[in-house]
Amino acid sequence: MRKTVHKLIWGWDFDKEEAWLNEMAAKGLSLIAVGLFRYDFEETEPGEYQVAMELLEHGPNHPESQQYFKFLEETGVEHLGSVYRWAYYRRKTADGPFEVFSDKESRMKHLIRILWLVALIAGVNFYAGAYNLWIFYLWRNPISLLGLINLALCALCCWGIWKLWKKIKRLKDDGEIYE
Amino acid sequence: MAEAALTEAVYYILLSLTEPMHGYGIMQNAEALSGGRVRLAAGTLYGALSTLVTKGWIESVPDGGEGGRQKKYRITPSGREVLRGEFARLRELYENGARILGENK
Repeated sequence: MRKTVHKLIWGWDFDKEEAWLNEMAAKGLSLIAVGLFRYDFEETEPGEYQVAMELLEHGPNHPESQQYFKFLEETGVEHLGSVYRWAYYRRKTADGPFEVFSDKESRMKHLIRILWLVALIAGVNFYAGAYNLWIFYLWRNPISLLGLINLALCALCCWGIWKLWKKIKRLKDDGEIYE
Repeated sequence: MAEAALTEAVYYILLSLTEPMHGYGIMQNAEALSGGRVRLAAGTLYGALSTLVTKGWIESVPDGGEGGRQKKYRITPSGREVLRGEFARLRELYENGARILGENK
């Protein structure tokens, strides 16, 4: 039996999203497909699967990504689907603890990749917001006030950047002592 | 050779690839060699393999047919040199530790 859940989670909280998906899997509801803010689960044995996510370097249909998914498959990882560049995977718990990254360098690289994406979105929204408000200032066209939404989104992304930065900083501080 | 230390992942990958091996084989080998301590996650391994290929420390082995669709890799002479250098560095760490802590047998 399938179960669908709609939920809005921000990209910088992907570790929380992962934790939630793993809680579901532990209860016997394993992720099977994804959509925009949409999660499809199937009933499995409790704890049969572990779930992980990754922001890919390229789009999911890019040949590089396809090759990567093939590689993952050889290691027992099932690619469940992607939303934009966010890929969702699962693997049987019997194969051992499942993570996409196992060392500081690769984790950090991944976090920085997410940071750049959020920064890009922040930048675009800032530009759109500022531009719209400028138009409003010139022409008093009320629709241009929608630029305020862009600015709000930009502020939200800045919050995300700050959270990501804290995660990166924590890894970095550890890195000065441990490999 | 006076470069920075290799990461554990890279050290075990290079060590594994003294024999041609595919990705999953490297993961299993690293885990076995380290007595279950070093588990290379697939994303980390994939990234490391492509970096090492770019550096010329490893190369992919031309497919021998026989249904082997999985890509195999092996260490190159320059990769072997790097591995030896790292081994010498680790031995220095080990020997100094053993001498100063007085645990040399």
